[in-house]
Amino acid sequence: MIAETALPEVNKSHRYDDGVLRNLGLVGVLVLLVIIGIVTRPELYSDPTWVKNNILTILQQASAIGVVTVGMTFVIIGGGIDLSVGAIIALAGVWATTLATQSYGAAGMIFTALVVGIAVGLVNGVLIAYGKLVPFIATLAMLVSARGLAAQISGKQTQVSANSTINGIASTKLLGIPLLIWILAVVVAAGWVLLNRTTFGRRTVAVGGNPEAARLAGINVKRHTLLLYVLSGLCCGIAAIMLTSQATSAQAAMANLYELDAIAAAIIGGTLLSGGRGTIVGALFGVLVFSTITNLFAINNLATEVQNMVKGGIIVAAVLLQQFRYRSLTNLLRRRNDPDKPSEHPSR
Amino acid sequence: MIQISRRNILLGSAAAGTGLALSACTSNDPAGTAQVKTDTSGNANAAAGQQVVIGFSAPAADHGWIAAITNNAKAQAKQYADVELRTVEAGTDAAAQRAALATLIAQKPTVIVMLPHDGKELNATGLEAMRAGIPVVNLDRAFPSAAAYRLQIKGDNYGMGLAAGKYIGDQLKAKGVSNPIIGEIPGIDSLELTQERTAGFNAALAVYGFKVANRRPAEFTADSGQAAATALLQALPKMDALWNHDDDQGIGVLAAIKQANRGEFFMVGGAGSKAAIDGITKDDTVLKATVTYSPSMASSAISLARLIGQGKGLSDLVELQVPKEITLASETITKDNASKYAPLGF
Repeated sequence: MIAETALPEVNKSHRYDDGVLRNLGLVGVLVLLVIIGIVTRPELYSDPTWVKNNILTILQQASAIGVVTVGMTFVIIGGGIDLSVGAIIALAGVWATTLATQSYGAAGMIFTALVVGIAVGLVNGVLIAYGKLVPFIATLAMLVSARGLAAQISGKQTQVSANSTINGIASTKLLGIPLLIWILAVVVAAGWVLLNRTTFGRRTVAVGGNPEAARLAGINVKRHTLLLYVLSGLCCGIAAIMLTSQATSAQAAMANLYELDAIAAAIIGGTLLSGGRGTIVGALFGVLVFSTITNLFAINNLATEVQNMVKGGIIVAAVLLQQFRYRSLTNLLRRRNDPDKPSEHPSR
Repeated sequence: MIQISRRNILLGSAAAGTGLALSACTSNDPAGTAQVKTDTSGNANAAAGQQVVIGFSAPAADHGWIAAITNNAKAQAKQYADVELRTVEAGTDAAAQRAALATLIAQKPTVIVMLPHDGKELNATGLEAMRAGIPVVNLDRAFPSAAAYRLQIKGDNYGMGLAAGKYIGDQLKAKGVSNPIIGEIPGIDSLELTQERTAGFNAALAVYGFKVANRRPAEFTADSGQAAATALLQALPKMDALWNHDDDQGIGVLAAIKQANRGEFFMVGGAGSKAAIDGITKDDTVLKATVTYSPSMASSAISLARLIGQGKGLSDLVELQVPKEITLASETITKDNASKYAPLGF
């Protein structure tokens, strides 16, 4: 830790990165989707109660995947990837509903889900940081084995939660806003602070940008990498409780393909897949765009396969847009601040 | 910050590993209650006969219905002193099941009962077994080639849709609803069985001049059912009836309905799970009926495979041998007959 002070001062432009402004493109997409909704179903949008409910529904449907995406964003900024998030959710949810449902009550279930999430994250982290496994391979292996274990524990059956406290989370409201949305808000806020206002966040960016430089600057890269996967696992544990509460049950196949949705949301939110750069607010907007598309397709009774094609198009468009803007932004800063300093990511 | 040493991490992961291993010991017992034919008094076919080795393969899926299929097959086989069941895991895809079945065929069992990942993909394996002189009993997912099986026993997906549509049509007509808003939540949409269910549903509704207002597919899981139902309820602020294709995903569908505080409509389920039958009996939710697609067909498949192996026919039929095709009827379970169907719930 001696060389900590030797860490390069984070560029001032970094603060600008995580603002709403930088995500103007995604905000634009959101507004466009809402306008399409208004135009196609004016009779629904003319009812203010329905509109309020609809906004809450969209946010609620984004809540569990949003929490997962925050963890995923940290992992990707730190130069890794976590393909096992959906499987961790399934394992944590199933474990909580099978072992703790009747006997230990709501507190036991929540504790179990969080501990399972953290434990699996720890295993991922150890394999990657200390076992030197490629993150893609380690978490792919975890994806398969965690779902296998979840199937084993649940006896391949849907485990219904009989706990009214757990089931009540999804229908509880605080100040008129569903508890699930509050949980998402707290996780997003905590993630934002952690990334933008703490040493941990600065180290995450450093480790993902250039691990060797980060190591020379005195960062314990291995330990930091481990902690990132633990953080992702913890987010999955939280999401597992949210989903279990929503579905009043858990099963080994739950949270199917959440890894892809979380990665896509993080990426279209401006996170570089190669690490070193990313934003929490952007990731949240990414999740909201997907959640709004689902809503738009539902209210117009459109087929979900078309929805998936549209999702794919949006991912490509958003990444193209971000690359373009990022390039012009860095070029601008380069010229202004230090004409001799080469761009951080010349190839991008 | 807490110092995490390498030793601590190793200890931690060792502990986590132990926990994972322990879970296998503390897990719930999946066996539950299997659906078997036990009362065989007065049935000549029940008398012990020639020894039959039945090879069995079903996908190791994580859905309650598939789990019940395997459990039923094992439980039914145990009922017969003259049956030896040899199960092989089917792995996660058609290729893995093909490989597993190849080793099974080499062992020359008397009969093979299989629930293929996909009937089209396993058709060649069925042909191979039949050519090797081993009769194949196809369970639920039809082979395109009639030469690939000795017996095909399956549920009636189209019939499920018909039954659900008929129940909904009758109820709405009795209530005098002329232009109803009907919702539909199918399972995995790319599957042929889903498309058949939907086709049957639409055909039945058409008789009454009704049609589906909105259709949101889920994935046969409770959490996907919850998400699809939430979207559907938001799209249809008022609804008269809803058909949800699968009772397992129905747990999530019912949760979403409760969370949205809705109840102006009634719902019909699919498959006939124990939870659904209990719910219909209690009559405290919107779920008023479910149409059967029972995993008891696996128990029947084992019984019939035994008869085929022993060269016996079905005693009520004039025919000397077991027929080639059996399609189960899709029955409608309501509050009135729920007690009769309760033992078949899975």
